[in-house]
Amino acid sequence: MIKGDKNLRIGVYVCHCGTNIAGTVDVEKLRQFAETLPGVVLARHYKYMCSDPGQELLKQDIMEHGLNRVVVAACTPSLHEETFRRAAEQAGMNRFLVQIANIREQVAWVTDDAETALDKAKAHVAGAVRRVALHQPLERQFVPILPRALVVGGGIAGIQAALTLADAGKEVILVEREPSIGGHMAMFDKTFPTLDCAACILTPKMTAVKNHPNIRLLTYSEVINVEGSVGNYRVQIRRRPRYIKEDLCIGCMQCVEACVFTRARFPNPFDRGLGMRKPVYIPFAQAVPPVPLIDPEACLRLKQGKCKETCVVACGDRGAIDFEQQVIVEEYQVGVIIVATGYQIFDPSVIGYYGYGKLPNVYTALEVERLLNAGGPTSGKVLLRDGRVPKRVAIVHCVGSRDKKYHAYCSRVCCMYALKLAHLLKEKTGAEVYNCYIDIRTPGKGFEEFYNRVQEEGVHFIRGKVADVSPVPTGPGENGSSGLIITVEDTLLGEVRKIPVDMVVLAVALEPQADADNVRRMFGISCSTEGFFLEKHPKLAPVNTASDGVFLAGACQGPKDIPDTVAQADAAAAKALALIDAGQIELEPNTAWIDEEMCSGCKTCIPLCPFNAISRDEERQIAVIDEALCKGCGTCVAACPSGAAKQKLFGFEQIDEELEGILSYV
Amino acid sequence: MSENRVANLGSKFEPKLVAFMCNWCSYTASDLAGTARLHYAPNVRIIRVMCSGRVDPTFVLKAFALGADGVMIAGCHPGDCHYLEQNYKTMRRYALLRYTLAELGIEEDRLRLVWASAAEGPQLAEAINDFVERVRQLGPLRWSINWQEDGQREKAIEQIAHEHAEALEVPV
Repeated sequence: MIKGDKNLRIGVYVCHCGTNIAGTVDVEKLRQFAETLPGVVLARHYKYMCSDPGQELLKQDIMEHGLNRVVVAACTPSLHEETFRRAAEQAGMNRFLVQIANIREQVAWVTDDAETALDKAKAHVAGAVRRVALHQPLERQFVPILPRALVVGGGIAGIQAALTLADAGKEVILVEREPSIGGHMAMFDKTFPTLDCAACILTPKMTAVKNHPNIRLLTYSEVINVEGSVGNYRVQIRRRPRYIKEDLCIGCMQCVEACVFTRARFPNPFDRGLGMRKPVYIPFAQAVPPVPLIDPEACLRLKQGKCKETCVVACGDRGAIDFEQQVIVEEYQVGVIIVATGYQIFDPSVIGYYGYGKLPNVYTALEVERLLNAGGPTSGKVLLRDGRVPKRVAIVHCVGSRDKKYHAYCSRVCCMYALKLAHLLKEKTGAEVYNCYIDIRTPGKGFEEFYNRVQEEGVHFIRGKVADVSPVPTGPGENGSSGLIITVEDTLLGEVRKIPVDMVVLAVALEPQADADNVRRMFGISCSTEGFFLEKHPKLAPVNTASDGVFLAGACQGPKDIPDTVAQADAAAAKALALIDAGQIELEPNTAWIDEEMCSGCKTCIPLCPFNAISRDEERQIAVIDEALCKGCGTCVAACPSGAAKQKLFGFEQIDEELEGILSYV
Repeated sequence: MSENRVANLGSKFEPKLVAFMCNWCSYTASDLAGTARLHYAPNVRIIRVMCSGRVDPTFVLKAFALGADGVMIAGCHPGDCHYLEQNYKTMRRYALLRYTLAELGIEEDRLRLVWASAAEGPQLAEAINDFVERVRQLGPLRWSINWQEDGQREKAIEQIAHEHAEALEVPV
């Protein structure tokens, strides 16, 4: 028995997908089976249904045989549903009268045995045939896209994406949590493998962001809430007080000079705590915006309400200092969102035997970047905490990466930045540098050549993991040396070596930001097992996410170097532009609706909808669904006790028939 | 259908399972398991829904009535729902449904709720294997056969209709 249209003319197409499907599933037997199903007037198999000839075959059949439903047994609907819908539409059929039976990902690729695979494929085809019989022609739905973009994160990824969009004439709102844009890249000294100075290539872009008429830059701000959907997102942004008015300040830094704290004595996070700042400060010289801010935890006026306020005096008539500033929340409407929230570095103090946090001369690579940086706490001099210049340096690779206890993945950039640091440390201090590595990974333009260069410069390479970092035992006669001894198994020599050094540099892993989980939930993004944001498809949609209109750029999606980040940022910007310029996007028409005759007005459905799409018409005493707000999850449909809530494409009868088909084959 | 099942009983029992999977996480995870060629138990037949919240409890009962030995509902992890919070509603229904199943004399373990993110292909494949093993231990449900053998279902339906009619005081 089959429900649905009496004049059903269903065509079933079994795709071989080369040997991907045909290698496991007997496509001829499946075709024969499909032919016996009620309503089916035609069943074929073909080598590649998604190819032009395959689609042509489908179109020809629709026209010649008057098919009014189509089932394609092929790969997952997420790949080619659109292809076959379009083909059907071109042949004059409504595009929603097509159903996919997924016999590749869910049958051929996961089943060893031909017989069980055929059995399973038959079930899926039978389910699809019975379901499609109940499909109804539907209209396509489009929503307009607001031509304004939100870029979250002002590191190099966010900067690049914002500039590309703004240059194309689109309005951009760039949100950065820190007081300045620049991200991690602004902390680096040089960039591998070309050794360009990071600031020299980054700061022009930062300034361009500040001066761009199409970019509204919101620093020291965070997105706290996102509502709406593609085309029209409403985002709330919390702006923390700088206590200095951005529009009045000219960045003269007189207030910093004048502060009652004559000496900088608060650790500067931008220098990873190696440098100090005053309560009123600018994170680094090239910060954008070039406006200082006041740390309420350190400022006497803000903390205790009592201070000579020398900064206010120094600011004079300009009056940019405002101790009364409060947190404010601003709301913006945007059409598309680019998430570029970056990464954080692995905290190596959890690996006890490296001694980080206990032994003063064990550093993370990022700290060493700050030491090497001319704008850093030592003005570019590599000095240990006791002021000495290191003579022997060990660089430990894969700290937190490629280690099942911490992160199983390779952080991709550490080998190269460790080689860069080896080169720079040797160049600046003439020290002996030992690189202790598991494998050196240098796939990239000019990377292997850079590795060769560093080897030729006389940097030592030891293939083995460092098992221990200990202080040199200080005995009588020694002057409290703060030297270190590393223990490493040299796997090429086959022996354990103990090497005395002055400085240990840990090439730490890149990991998701601490609050990545909250951020991704806010934007409706999934994550991979490591916590990095998940792209829609690892190969074919690397910047899209499961949420339409939300794109990814940079290391929030996975560890990557600057060139890859910039490329991805431009890709995300291009995707966003394509969406904005198209002006509209098609939505799946799987929204819910109420059969007014059947609705008893019980209100069961109303609290179930998180999008407030359901309301009650008090006059008629029934529920009403606003299809513009409905996202099509179907939760209300499943809950309606009288079956009055219905869903297009996923109706009760359609799912029910699929279930019957799957379990009883006919 | 019934013959198949009887034949199955002779050899190793191969349970028949239906899985409802949400489009955004679990269905994608099952695709990922396929892409990675992770061979898992072939007993499961997957039905795609937009959200685990779409799974009407009657689908589950219907599946059992049609001969399924087990039903899996798979959705996004709590907090990860594409529709914000609908998987919590699935969670509630699941608890009630298990209770109902027990009342109907069906082992609760024949219904299983699984959370699998779009990146968790291997985890999902493992969960399916594990579920198949559990249902295999429980043995065939044979609910549909039991119903059909003595016409209880028809009688029960008639009875219910009768009671409803009486309650509404409308002559049948």
